[in-house]
Order: sequence, then structure tokens, then C-alpha cells
Amino acid sequence: MHKYEKIWISLGTASLAVFLIILGISAVHGGHTPAASGIETINPEHVREDARFSEPGLKEATDGDHDYDLYFLASAFMYEPGEVEIPAGSTVKIHVTSPDVVHGFQVVGTNVNMIAEPGLISTYEMTFDEPGEHLIVCNEYCGIGHTDMTSTLKVVNGGIANE
Amino acid sequence: MSNYTGSEIFSSKTKVDKKDSKLVLANMIWVSFALLIGGTAGLLQTLVRSGQFELPFGIGYYQLLTLHGVILALVMTFFFIMGFQIAALSRTAGSFSTSELRLGWTGFWVMTAGTLMSAAMIALNEASVLYTFYAPLQAHAVHYIGLALVIVGTWISVAGQLMRYFRWRKENKGQKTPLLSYMTAINNVMWIVCTIGVAATVLFQFIPWSLGWVETINISLSRTLFWYFGHPLVYFWLLPAYMVWYAVIPKVLGTKGFSDNLARLAFVLFLFFSIPVGIHHQLVDPGIDAFWKGLQVVLTFMVIVPSLMTAFSMFAVFETYGRKQGARGLLDWFKKLPWTDARFVLVFIGMLFFIPGGLGGIINASGQMNQLVHNTIWIVGHFHITVGAPVILTYFAAMLFLLPHITGRKIDKIANRLGLFLAYTWALGMGIMSLAMHWAGLRGAPRRSTFSEYGGADIASEWITYQVMQAVGGSFLFIAIIIAILLFLKLTTGPKVNDPEEFPVAMFMDQEEPVVKWVENWRLLIIITIFLILIAYTVPVTQMFTENIPGAKGFKLW
Repeated sequence: MHKYEKIWISLGTASLAVFLIILGISAVHGGHTPAASGIETINPEHVREDARFSEPGLKEATDGDHDYDLYFLASAFMYEPGEVEIPAGSTVKIHVTSPDVVHGFQVVGTNVNMIAEPGLISTYEMTFDEPGEHLIVCNEYCGIGHTDMTSTLKVVNGGIANE
Repeated sequence: MSNYTGSEIFSSKTKVDKKDSKLVLANMIWVSFALLIGGTAGLLQTLVRSGQFELPFGIGYYQLLTLHGVILALVMTFFFIMGFQIAALSRTAGSFSTSELRLGWTGFWVMTAGTLMSAAMIALNEASVLYTFYAPLQAHAVHYIGLALVIVGTWISVAGQLMRYFRWRKENKGQKTPLLSYMTAINNVMWIVCTIGVAATVLFQFIPWSLGWVETINISLSRTLFWYFGHPLVYFWLLPAYMVWYAVIPKVLGTKGFSDNLARLAFVLFLFFSIPVGIHHQLVDPGIDAFWKGLQVVLTFMVIVPSLMTAFSMFAVFETYGRKQGARGLLDWFKKLPWTDARFVLVFIGMLFFIPGGLGGIINASGQMNQLVHNTIWIVGHFHITVGAPVILTYFAAMLFLLPHITGRKIDKIANRLGLFLAYTWALGMGIMSLAMHWAGLRGAPRRSTFSEYGGADIASEWITYQVMQAVGGSFLFIAIIIAILLFLKLTTGPKVNDPEEFPVAMFMDQEEPVVKWVENWRLLIIITIFLILIAYTVPVTQMFTENIPGAKGFKLW
């Protein structure tokens, strides 16, 4: 190998190693693992009979280290709930599933972005600190009404975290 | 039938065989046709998304988008790759035997039949499922059968190509195989290993399900098998472009390639690390444990090594050339490059696009950053400056010398000028469009979505501004496609000449050195490839069978 090539490849490989170490630390220590990881099943044909998704929305958490559970049902072509308010500063575990086809669940302007599949529940835990309003859009093609799927997530002052 | 050896391989007199040329030309006609249709669809999509235009005749946006993806990402690239690889083998290893050529033609016709079947279903609006055909959106069974035939057609063609390569090896035992032939073999072996995934999901999941033989489909499995194929697919597009970069461009410059051994090693690394990485397309999918996502992210980044090797080689060649032309100082060689040769300019502009393209790829594949851009139009911007710029511009450069080469003509001044116009117009259009896509994606704009104001949300009106920019870029790209079609016509018509255009094949600075033995030990290469795949995929795929994930019924929602 040429001398310059050795230098180039060593520098490149070293920066790759550093990059992977940062990713690894962030994942393991910072808890930044990808959204929706893991396997939690649900029968897509009986989603609405399931206690969690019969009336989707924000519920106070009964276990775990988060304040609320937020259940979302993504179906062709709507989100339920169509609007939700979250107390600023609270940690929310979001659960999304679909009774029909694959949908996206992207809370614009936040890190919440995951795929909802029939048969599985996608979850992601997130703390909403800044009050504000976020559009929720479907970012996986689901049919003719794909862009009609919207909801709004409002982070508001008040609620458990502020009591 | 005979093999080329020694200096014959590099001689400007050596030609692609006449019979082989016909097959190459047949494939290239499909490329031009697919480019025109797919490009027109692309233009219309950007116009629709600008909000200023509505599709006539009841054509659906997603119908058009399906057409755009299938005809460009699958049909156009497959026909180009088959045609180019056949030409490269015939040019460097020697002409195809009757049976090898028959396989090439059979593959061509099977691919054609499959394409027409799928195209008919898309035209009838029976298959508006986009090119990824994610279940449980359910297209007509004929669409899936057509897609399967396209893949089977490539297998048949690839079988003929591999037979040609291995015949050279057998008849020239112990000799270094011609580099271009070796590279086609690597790409073809990778192709066979990875298409097993998509063939399995189409044959055993989609076809029985769309015919109604089974009621439900295992979605996680189908998506995972798709991406097991879908990521190596992008390297299948890219490696023929790399063949041109490594083995053709140095000769275009009239100089030698940097290192034959390094080129082979880079291709081996692409074989190893293209396949066990598909889950990085599913980083925010449910049904896969975080550990396996993380492992495949790490494996994904291994392709950085051969990519850096390639970048080094290219610039080493350019600098060597410039200094031979009398360049002094640190960067003077850059000015000496042949800026009026369309073959070089097309490729060079492609390489420039690949720098942000590669960086964007690193962002997309890292677990955390992916979550910000996943399924936003940033991703669409990303693959338009990878497959849509370096890859396609290099394909254009290859067609620039290949079309006159196989039809007995030469690149004349007008053709060269058209080639330069093509390069600049493409760069302008793609620059504007992809920049707008990246920007809008960072602000959350979703991909694969028709024009929408999202209930009047403020953020959505910001996205629309970028969508207008995309339509401007898309319009320039369409002009570029018209130039490309004119160029192809120019290259294949007009008077024939006695000494047709050269298919340039470069020698390397280490041409006399023996090849590193193990890179041609196919048994070893395949074992390592499969070993890495088993590590990356065994557990996540097994879990999709054992965790009792309920199956999904089909829906037709368009």
C-alpha cells in the first residue's frame, strides 16, 4: 500500500471507530435506542376491544418511571385522538398501533418518529419540556387519504408534572 | 468464444463481440425508454407537489409514484446493469459462447415480460403500492408475479455472465482475471445472494396471499426480507458505476489506475458488507430488538472503508494525470483535468454529488439521527444525490462511449457537447431539487405524500415553499432527460466508421504485481458473506416466526 493511502485509510477508519463509540455510548448510556424497538403484539382485528386502545388518548401511568401513557390509534385515514394536550415537563410513553395497514407516526419538530404496524405496538418514551403545538403526520404511504391523516400534540403548562 | 489475455485486454482495438453487442443494445433501448417514462412521472410528481398542478385523466399521484419507482429504481437500472456487465465481460474476458449468449437473451425477454405485466397492473391502478410494495396494502397478484419475473430474468442473464467469467478462469488457470470481469462477478454473486430475500417474500408470502390461498401475511417478515434485498440493491446500482470509475476513467484520461489489488479488495468488502445491513432501513420499525438494529448499524458503517479507498484511488489518478500534464503546486492539477470531455465531466460531477450523498448516508444509518429524518423527504433527497446523480451520471458516461462502440460509430463534437449540457443541466436540476428536499425533510416534511396543506398547519406552509423549489429542480431534470434521449439517438444514428469509439479499459500502476490470492477464492468469499448474514439476521428473523405476531389481512386503499 502507498504511504498516503495508509495515512488516509487509518484516519478514516479511526474516525469511523470514534463515531461508532459515540453512537454506542449514546445508545447504552444515554438510552438513545431506536424508537419502536422490541416486540409487543396485539391482534389488529380486535384493537378497539383492547382496554388500552378502546378510548385512545392520554392516561396517567400506573407503572414505570414515566408520568403518562399516550395511546394513539393510526388507521386509514385518521389518528385517534385527533388532538391531545400534554402537561409541559412530563415524561410520556407513546404507544401506537394500527388496525389496518402500515402507517407512520411523526410528531413534527420532536424526536418522535416511528412506524405503526398492524399486529405490533410501537412505543417511545419522551419528555416534553417546551410548551408548544406540534403537527402529527403520517409519513408512510397508506393509501389515497394518506395526507389527510393528521393530529395535533399540544404541550401546555399545568398538569401532574407542575402540581 | 476465445479469451482475451495480456495486452489484448487493454488494447483500444479490442471490441465487444458483434453478437454480444446486439444484446447490449437491446438492454440499452430499455434503459432509454424507462428513463423517459420514469423521468416524465418524476416531473409530474414535483409539479403536483408544488400545489399548482393537478393530474389529468384520473391518474393518481401514488399511481404515478409507483410507476416512477418501479421503472427507474428497478427496470432502468436492471437493464443497464445487465447490458453494461455483458459488454464489460465481452470486452475484457472475450465473446460469449452460444449458450452464455442464449442465457443473456432469455433473461432479457423474461425481464421484459415481467416489466410489461407489472406496468399493465400499475396502468390499471391495480398496483399503487409504491416500489417497496409494503404489505398489507395488496396489489393484484399479476403485479407480484411480474416483479418476480423481472428478478428471475436477471438471474438468467447473470448465470450467463458468471459462466463467461468462470470459463475465462478455467481456461487461463493461475492468471489474474481481467479486472472488469472480476468486478461483474462480485456484483453478480452479491445479487444472487441478496435477491433470495425478495424472491422468498414474493413467492412464499405475497403471491399466495394476493391469490387468496392464505388469508394473512407476516408483515415484519416481509419488510425484513424486502430490506435484506433492498440495501444491497443500492450497491448493485453503484458497483457498475465504480467499475467505470476504477477501470475506465483512468484510460479516458490516458493514464493508469491507482491499484488493481486495491480495487479488488474494495469490491470484496462491498460483497461482505452490503447485505447484513438491511435493518438500518427499519430502525424505527416495531418487531425488532434494539440490539439487532444496533448491530446492523455497525455493520452498515463498514462500507465506509471501501468507500474511502475508492475516493483515494480516484483522486490519486486525477492528481497523477494533472502532474503528468505539467501541473505544479498543491492543487494546480485540478485545472488540468479534461473539462471538455463529456465522459469525464459526467463522472466527475457525479463524484462531487457523492460526497454529500455519502455523508447523508452516514446520518441516515446512525440509529439516533435516523429518527429525525426517517421517512421525511430528506431521505428522498438523499437517494437522488446517490443513485440519482453519481450512479446515473456514470451510467450516462458509460452509454456515451458504449452506444457508438457497439453500433460502429464515434462520439462526435455534437454528441460530446450534448453530453456536457446533460451533465450541467442535471447538476443544476438535481442540485436545486435535492437541496430543497433535504431542507424540507429536516423541517419534518414527510416523503411519499401528495400535495397537502395538512389542515392549514403553519409548518406545512413552509414545506410548500420547498416543494415549489423541487418543481423548479424537477423541470431542469426533465430538460436534462430530453437532452439524454437526444444524445442516445445521436450516438446510435448517422454514418458508421471503420474504427468505432473505444471502450476504454485502463491498466494499473501495479499491473505486473500478482493478484492477492484470496480475493479470487470464491468459496471463501461466499462463506464469509453468508457467515455475516447469519450473524446479522438469524435471531431477528427467527423471532418473527416464534413471537406469534398476528398476521395481517390485505387492504386496497387507493
